[in-house]
Amino acid sequence: MSLVTTDNPPEFFISEAPVHTLSVLVNNKAGVLMRICQVFARRGYNIDSLVVSQGRDKQFSRMTIGISGDPAGLEQIILQVTKLVDVIHCVEHDSDHSVVKELLLVKFLVDKEDRTEALQIIDHYDGKTVDLTPTSMIAMINGESSKIDASLAMFSQFEIIETVRTGKVVMARSEKPT
Amino acid sequence: MDTQEIDGAQALIKTLDNLGVEYIFGYSGGAAIPIFDALVTVKSNIKFILARHEQGCCHMADGYARATGKPAVVLVTSGPGAGNTITGIMTAQMDSVPMIILCGQQVTWMLGKDAFQEADIFGITMPVVKHNYLVKDTNEIPRVAREAHHIATSGRPGPVLIDLPKDITQGPFTGDMDPEFDLPGYQPEKFYSVDASDIDHALQLIHKASKPLILAGHGAMISGADAELKELAETLRCPVTSTLLGKGVFPEEHELSVGMLGMHGTAYANKAVCDCDLLINVGSRFDDRIIGQADKFCAGAKIIHIDIDPSEMNKMITPDVRIVSDAKSALAEINKRISGLDTEPWLAQIESWKKKFPLSYRKQGGLRMQQVIDEMYQVAGGDAIVTTDVGQHQMWAAQFYKTNASWKWISSGGAGTMGFGFPAAIGAQLACPDETVISISGDGGFQMTLFELATAALHKLPVKIVVLNNHYLGMVRQWQELFFEDRKSGVDLEGNPDFCKLAAAYGIPSFNIKRPADVRKQLEKAFAVKDGPVLIHAECVKTDNVFPMIPAGAALEDMLTEPPKHKMAKPTGST
Ligand SMILES: Cc1ncc(C[n+]2csc(CCOP(=O)(O)OP(=O)(O)O)c2C)c(N)n1
Repeated sequence: MSLVTTDNPPEFFISEAPVHTLSVLVNNKAGVLMRICQVFARRGYNIDSLVVSQGRDKQFSRMTIGISGDPAGLEQIILQVTKLVDVIHCVEHDSDHSVVKELLLVKFLVDKEDRTEALQIIDHYDGKTVDLTPTSMIAMINGESSKIDASLAMFSQFEIIETVRTGKVVMARSEKPT
Repeated sequence: MDTQEIDGAQALIKTLDNLGVEYIFGYSGGAAIPIFDALVTVKSNIKFILARHEQGCCHMADGYARATGKPAVVLVTSGPGAGNTITGIMTAQMDSVPMIILCGQQVTWMLGKDAFQEADIFGITMPVVKHNYLVKDTNEIPRVAREAHHIATSGRPGPVLIDLPKDITQGPFTGDMDPEFDLPGYQPEKFYSVDASDIDHALQLIHKASKPLILAGHGAMISGADAELKELAETLRCPVTSTLLGKGVFPEEHELSVGMLGMHGTAYANKAVCDCDLLINVGSRFDDRIIGQADKFCAGAKIIHIDIDPSEMNKMITPDVRIVSDAKSALAEINKRISGLDTEPWLAQIESWKKKFPLSYRKQGGLRMQQVIDEMYQVAGGDAIVTTDVGQHQMWAAQFYKTNASWKWISSGGAGTMGFGFPAAIGAQLACPDETVISISGDGGFQMTLFELATAALHKLPVKIVVLNNHYLGMVRQWQELFFEDRKSGVDLEGNPDFCKLAAAYGIPSFNIKRPADVRKQLEKAFAVKDGPVLIHAECVKTDNVFPMIPAGAALEDMLTEPPKHKMAKPTGST
């Protein structure tokens, strides 16, 4: 399939959901993130999560932005972001029509006695141990945000030292562009 | 391309020349010297105007652009020079004025190191430009300049800033002078949606209406929709009101014109808006000074909104039909299929409002700004270019100076920038040397950019500089009188200079108007001066107020047509 450009942008819609996931295809240039953040900040919206990476074509970058707030204002935000010269498109995606995933790294204290229990939890969530010391462990879990929340609740029986979450990444289902 | 070696700055000037740039308004400084040097080393048709302040440069460029519809160019140095442009850039952005701002910058290897006269103007201006650039490769200069020109002038116009580090402008240029550019994220036409179903829907609403009203905005003027607008109005026999910036796109002397609407619009325009059953908004963004309380605006009417910018749809008002398009082509489509309406009862109603609530002023008890403006209109006619500052005089000028053609009325609307009018008049006069250009300012606003008297005098620009002196920041004083129990705070312009002596200091002749009886004579004398600027100083009533008035945030129907007899609550909305 050809690269998504202005020729076939994804459809514009705004969901009823309290949390929105926007996918923004932008020119891979200095300052673009700042331009986009200004659109949100100026209208008093807080960005809940943000994932940015270079696109397959290095000319573009993909941003996935998680945001909560008044859906009425969101239409303005999407239109204002779309209006920026460096933005190819900005659309919302919901979980019915797209795959939404997140990655968690969690570091916690765990001694010999509890290690089996910890490994069982990791196994249950299809996770992986990515670091192990006699006293600690780093687990990696990926999946939907609710699954990550649930795993964190289970890990909290240990002493959690740090967590790092990527925020959501989203891709439209089927052959539709993201 | 010739084989002779050139540097980045020379490539820049050549590119601007190729783009047809006529004037650059600027102010020099270290980081910009290579570009200033290129102005003299490159053979071009560009004329350079040295202003006295960078804000002046921007407003001059703005005035040039608003008098011609063509983009204007500003050239300033880094740091403080660039910083001084902010108000001017914001003013242009708010009113969709095409402008290219070139800023000298520190050398690239000093960026971010707090070097001398370094400011992150790329970051600072991001919220007030349509787009901006920091150029990091000399060979990119022509492409960036051409992109900037394209972005500034197409779609909804606006200012574009280019930050040019000194090593980049000084570096050898070996690139393509005439490069292609590709802007995948900027294709404004992609959003245009003049589709048949929207036109059908619009026509249904139009042909059902018995009390239609057209609202003509700045967008109608920018797209050159004057003829289409006139055809629509005349075929439908539909009254036309305009926004502050839309003044002139439909002749205000036309029998179907009801003048400006909004906070200080005519009573009959505001009444027509309240009472119409269909509003056709052509290229206005439903500014809060026009709609008042949004949920009460045009409550009983259907609304058709034509705008080139999709983000204006639903922003303030939810229309029944949205047409995202330039006004000219949208109206042309509509005009193809309209037939006349019977609006005679509606026009009769409007006529009776015009009789009942005319714009008027008293001629006794001192000199009124309205009279000076009104008589100026008689003397100069509706073809002069009028620029204004911001305040009471601006609203009276909008009310009493009827504008009969596009590009003749130049005023800071969205930003409401004091100090705008006089430098804007300089730009307009340079653009249109054969036209009468009148700059109308209050004593407050004029003092914000009066240093440009030097620029006007030097270039012998025959601008009529009108200073309407009420010794107050009048519009603010009016709000304090009406809503803050007349407690005057920070509005007394004690210390004003003798404006005529001030003009003399710059070698500019002046005319003083003290009494209502002097107005005509002094204006005629002043307007007879053709070989350079003249200053007309009018000593006006100190505490006159602008009516009609809709208190900020109130509904249009709560308009005051005369001073209120009871105490007013503080306005809740806007500023
Ligand atoms: C740069 C700037 N500062 C402050 C204001 C706020 N303001 C709006 S109108 C006004 C008074 C203008 O006074 P003057 O220029 O004397 O005109 P008048 O209202 O008396 O006609 C002020 C201070 C503004 N619009 N712009």
